[in-house]
Amino acid sequence: NAARGSHRPFSATCRTERKKVMFPGALNSEYTHKLNFVSSVQSIPTYQVMDTDGKVLDAANEPQMKKDEARKIYKNMLTLNAMDQILYEAQRQGRISFYMTSFGEEALLGSAAALDPKDMVFGQYREAGVLLQRGFTLTQFMNQCYSNELDLGKGRQMPIHYGSRELHFQTISSPLATQIPQAAGAAYAMRREGSKLCTICYFGEGAASEGDFHAGLNMAATLGCPVIYYCRNNGYAISTPAIEQYRGDGIASRGVGYGIDTIRVDGNDIWAIYAATKAARKIAVEQNKPVLIEAMTYRVSHHSTSDDSSAYRSKKEVEDWNKRDNPIARMRSWLENKGWWAKGEDAEITKSAKAEVLAAFAAAEKLK
Amino acid sequence: MLRLRPATSLCRSYYRRQVPIISSRLQRLYSATAADNGIEPIRGLETGVSASKLLLRSVTSVRNSSELKAQNVAEGETRKMNMCQAINDALRLVLATDNTSVVFGEDVAFGGVFRCSVGLADEFGGERIFNTPLTEQGIAGFAIGMAAMGHTAVAEIQFADYIYPAFDQLVNEASKFRYRSGNEFNAGGLTIRAPSSAVGHGGHYHSQSPESFFAHVPGLKVVIPRSAVQAKGLLLSAIRDPNPVVFFEPKILYRSTVEQVPVDDYMLPLSSAEILKPGKDITVVGYGSQIYALENAIQMVERDIPGVSCELIDLRTISPYDAETVEKS
Repeated sequence: NAARGSHRPFSATCRTERKKVMFPGALNSEYTHKLNFVSSVQSIPTYQVMDTDGKVLDAANEPQMKKDEARKIYKNMLTLNAMDQILYEAQRQGRISFYMTSFGEEALLGSAAALDPKDMVFGQYREAGVLLQRGFTLTQFMNQCYSNELDLGKGRQMPIHYGSRELHFQTISSPLATQIPQAAGAAYAMRREGSKLCTICYFGEGAASEGDFHAGLNMAATLGCPVIYYCRNNGYAISTPAIEQYRGDGIASRGVGYGIDTIRVDGNDIWAIYAATKAARKIAVEQNKPVLIEAMTYRVSHHSTSDDSSAYRSKKEVEDWNKRDNPIARMRSWLENKGWWAKGEDAEITKSAKAEVLAAFAAAEKLK
Repeated sequence: MLRLRPATSLCRSYYRRQVPIISSRLQRLYSATAADNGIEPIRGLETGVSASKLLLRSVTSVRNSSELKAQNVAEGETRKMNMCQAINDALRLVLATDNTSVVFGEDVAFGGVFRCSVGLADEFGGERIFNTPLTEQGIAGFAIGMAAMGHTAVAEIQFADYIYPAFDQLVNEASKFRYRSGNEFNAGGLTIRAPSSAVGHGGHYHSQSPESFFAHVPGLKVVIPRSAVQAKGLLLSAIRDPNPVVFFEPKILYRSTVEQVPVDDYMLPLSSAEILKPGKDITVVGYGSQIYALENAIQMVERDIPGVSCELIDLRTISPYDAETVEKS
């Protein structure tokens, strides 16, 4: 009778013992008779495709990519790095008012490579790599930073607040996490259009403390929005280290709390990012539901040109990270292992990237 | 006792020698009760919405309305509706004419706590009329995201008193969306609706009139209707306006303002104030539920100060408001 009872619809007169909790708010709970508080389950593991030497650990998810495309991605990483160095200096020289670099987080552009070019991007502020991978030109970057007449944003915002309708990259705004519920709404619109596209929404582990994070993820989950939520957990929110930002198992554990398919990845491993984003996209588009990716990385940069991070962390810590686990170095090692990159090509590419950046920079500076 | 005496500084000096003062105790401004002031303000006057002469209760009044004539609906079919029903009608028309439109918020699916969305889910389906979790900041952000994709998002905040969590999204995002992006993107398809203003028993948190907070935000429009006919036409304009609009609905008027409302699709212009009663001496400007209190105040003034005529203007759009009409008056 007890076995049959659990399958019968709930009846007020039925006195059979039940295992499952029937309250409307209990989605899948069972009764227990042990008094026990839960504060953490096992920490969500961090997915890697390759190790820090570029050696492949998950062959099944090594990208099926042609040599040219892989090399192009690597060149973009170098270009981003070169652009960051030059524009950081430009700010120091008073030529532009403000800048934010992506040092240490160049692997992020692997997520853009995994998307459809028409998937809508909602960023926070450290996703220039995504825009570069999409095809934003160096000239366009410079024009925005110089707020000149060719800036798509008409010179109305601070540097790094890029946006491009053509490249499906929503204009950056300074308030943090506001893009999170917006991305859910945009995804819902895409679902209604039947376009088989999705949105991707980037934010940092600090922004994930905002109410908008909770609101956005919960709405995406309940309403069935095809949105990839990508958290760049780089360990710092300006000077606030992650240990002061949260006490739980990072941001990934929260996704599970919302009923969202979640993965944590090595954010310095471009192929882990690529594979996870590709898989996330498939889930989002085919099942019309959100996915959360938490990419663990290290912010080698200062927060911005208005920040000197030696005030709250040692220069040695930063140098150690840069040497020990560098996304550019890992990608290069992988390319070299495949025989797709020759030693010494780096210097050549870096030199030409710098020259290209400087040329665009000089042109942008001349305009009003 | 009517006595002629110099008026207090409250009255315009123009009337100093002409205005009869009702009582020598008029000057006790702080006193709460009419009896203390020696004034019997109401004194036989029928007050409030039910006695108002401003509502279009008869088909004739609709036929005579110059504004409805201009919208080509003055001669058409009308139906007796209150403001809730008129809003419901407007939403139905939006959903029927705009494929990208959706209506969402807390409890809207079953019809809404004020029944403004009754029947819509049955007619247009759960993908277009849906409940959201309880989060105003989420509702506003979600709506902005839909609008950013060019869709028409009509979001409901259950009471204007709860709109503050959405303030960041509305002020920092919605209002600036088009300008900050150099028109690469916009949130023009966004409309936020919220019941507002005093209802008598609402207390601190079911009575607020927060329109002034939003009136200070360039990039946002703020609209407040005074009646059923107004609500339908203004809401249709607000939703179709290519700018984010916050539409406050005075809840005390939901059931009380019953009019003959044209059943057809019509839009009343935004940023256009309406002169409800022309006058030559005093300009009285208001909106929403206060229009009826102002109507009564004017009746009192014109009764007690003969020769004075007041002009009553309904702003309808609080921001950007029709300064020209007010200045001309």
